[in-house]
Amino acid sequence: MRVPVQLILGAILTAVFIAAAVLSFVWVPHDVTALNIAAKLQPPSATYPLGTDHFGRDILSMLMVGARTSIAVALVAVGIGLALGVPLGLTAAANRGHWIDDLVMRGNDLIFAFPSLVIAILITAVFGPSAVNAIIAIGIFNIPVFARVARGGALSLWTLDYILAARVAGKRAARISVEHILPNIANLLIVQGTIQFSLGILAEAGLSYVGLGAQPPTPSWGRMLADAQTMIYTAPRLAVLPGLAIVFMVLGLNLMGDGLRDLLDPRLRRVRT
Amino acid sequence: MLHFVLTRLLSLTLSLIVASLVIFAVIELVPGDPAAFMLGLNATPEAVAALRADLGLTGSPVARYLDWTGGLLRGDFGQSYTYRVPVSELILQRLWVSLPLAALALALSTAIAFPVGLLAAARRGRATDYGIMGATQLGIAVPNFWFAMLLVLVFAVNLRWFSAGGFPGWEAGAGPALKALILPAVALALPQASILARVLRSALIETLGQDYIRSARAKGLSQGQALRRHALRNALIPVLTIIGLQFSFLLAGAIIIENVFFLPGLGRLIFQGITQRDLIVVESVVMLLVFAVITVTFLVDIAYALVDPRLRHRR
Repeated sequence: MRVPVQLILGAILTAVFIAAAVLSFVWVPHDVTALNIAAKLQPPSATYPLGTDHFGRDILSMLMVGARTSIAVALVAVGIGLALGVPLGLTAAANRGHWIDDLVMRGNDLIFAFPSLVIAILITAVFGPSAVNAIIAIGIFNIPVFARVARGGALSLWTLDYILAARVAGKRAARISVEHILPNIANLLIVQGTIQFSLGILAEAGLSYVGLGAQPPTPSWGRMLADAQTMIYTAPRLAVLPGLAIVFMVLGLNLMGDGLRDLLDPRLRRVRT
Repeated sequence: MLHFVLTRLLSLTLSLIVASLVIFAVIELVPGDPAAFMLGLNATPEAVAALRADLGLTGSPVARYLDWTGGLLRGDFGQSYTYRVPVSELILQRLWVSLPLAALALALSTAIAFPVGLLAAARRGRATDYGIMGATQLGIAVPNFWFAMLLVLVFAVNLRWFSAGGFPGWEAGAGPALKALILPAVALALPQASILARVLRSALIETLGQDYIRSARAKGLSQGQALRRHALRNALIPVLTIIGLQFSFLLAGAIIIENVFFLPGLGRLIFQGITQRDLIVVESVVMLLVFAVITVTFLVDIAYALVDPRLRHRR
């Protein structure tokens, strides 16, 4: 089996950002909370590889710590979606045609009808801007996505003979869902997980850009962009770097998601060859 | 067909009721009294109480919910706390910015996505296809507010072709008003066009594998003719669904872009409503957006059922 090129490329990009985020816990070139006005708005140099911002903070260090915030928020939001959405989807599929299925699917449609960004902004504004509230706001909209994917994958499995065999053997629907359905839809969930991860990075950037994500002094990519916008005439360089970080992180995850889908979905593999 | 329409209509009504309950409950949870917020720190308790009564904030939650929804049904969206004008008036004003912006962005994204998606599908598996797919991957990964900043940097700061933000109003003439909407529309259109091109490409490739395309080729049509005459038409259903969703997304999704360019649209109205605790504005505008999405979905369902009888009986 050939590993898709985009999977390798995406995995490398993603790994670089995760490594930078993990490294930032133990080491960064400069302290991101210490202000050094004397060294403000410096161009890239040996001391400051990517230059400094208007408070004299090292851009590279801020990007590293910002990666930590972005990844943490998006990853936990995916976790919320998986933890609540998958059981809902599996339950709906196991009760196909029953009112439980209808209830879950109608509930899904309803959440999809809400403008997600507006609700996320409302939640973070109402309950106070913070990384935790950003996670909740993004996580809520991941639930119906995973419920739908889990239900769709499970429905096609429920018609198969080996599930029938398990039912004849006397296993209950819940046990079949966990033992036989879940392992076989894991690939779908992993692919969807990478896509939601990348959407979460974009959503977090948007929220922190309007000041509703992680609060200062914690650096975040969106906030760095918002700060840079006020100085776009004097220091345009500051507006470019955090944006590139977001683009490459999201690109890496999307490439990885596409690559994984090609690798894990046998139906697609047959079409390709 | 009548049965289908009635059940869909019932489900539409139920969705709207549940949505209004959810929105009302979230707004109820907002800490801070709007009346106290408006009058500032030095207000006497009597003044705050009088303003509360004036804004209709007294009474039980049930009564206020019924009051709000009853008003919505009559087209009365309530009175803005901060602007002291009917919310419907504010919405109408802002729609004059948000609707043209959304329409312009959608037109741009469709105009880019169709030729690009067709080209990629026609050249599938070749260098052109890989180039286009790579470019659209990039287009999806770019946050639109950052792309907006780059556009401002290039076209407003360096080239000085456009102003960096603001809206002159339609009174200033259609030319200047449209000019102010161009950069925001381009920023909104880029990710949308990338998604649309990818959906069109995969829908086309799927239809190209069908037997009727082989028949069309067998009777002498070229690959390009078969693509345009037969495949495109059949690939349109998923594409139209996405376009419909994108329009409703663009109405509300411009919230951050409107902030980047200081455009007085619906998104900015909600954003200001949230930050100034003008909750009635937030409540009514969000409800209007949800209503728009649910209604569009309903109309799309009915349209499909009219076109494709099989869908009427499918659960």
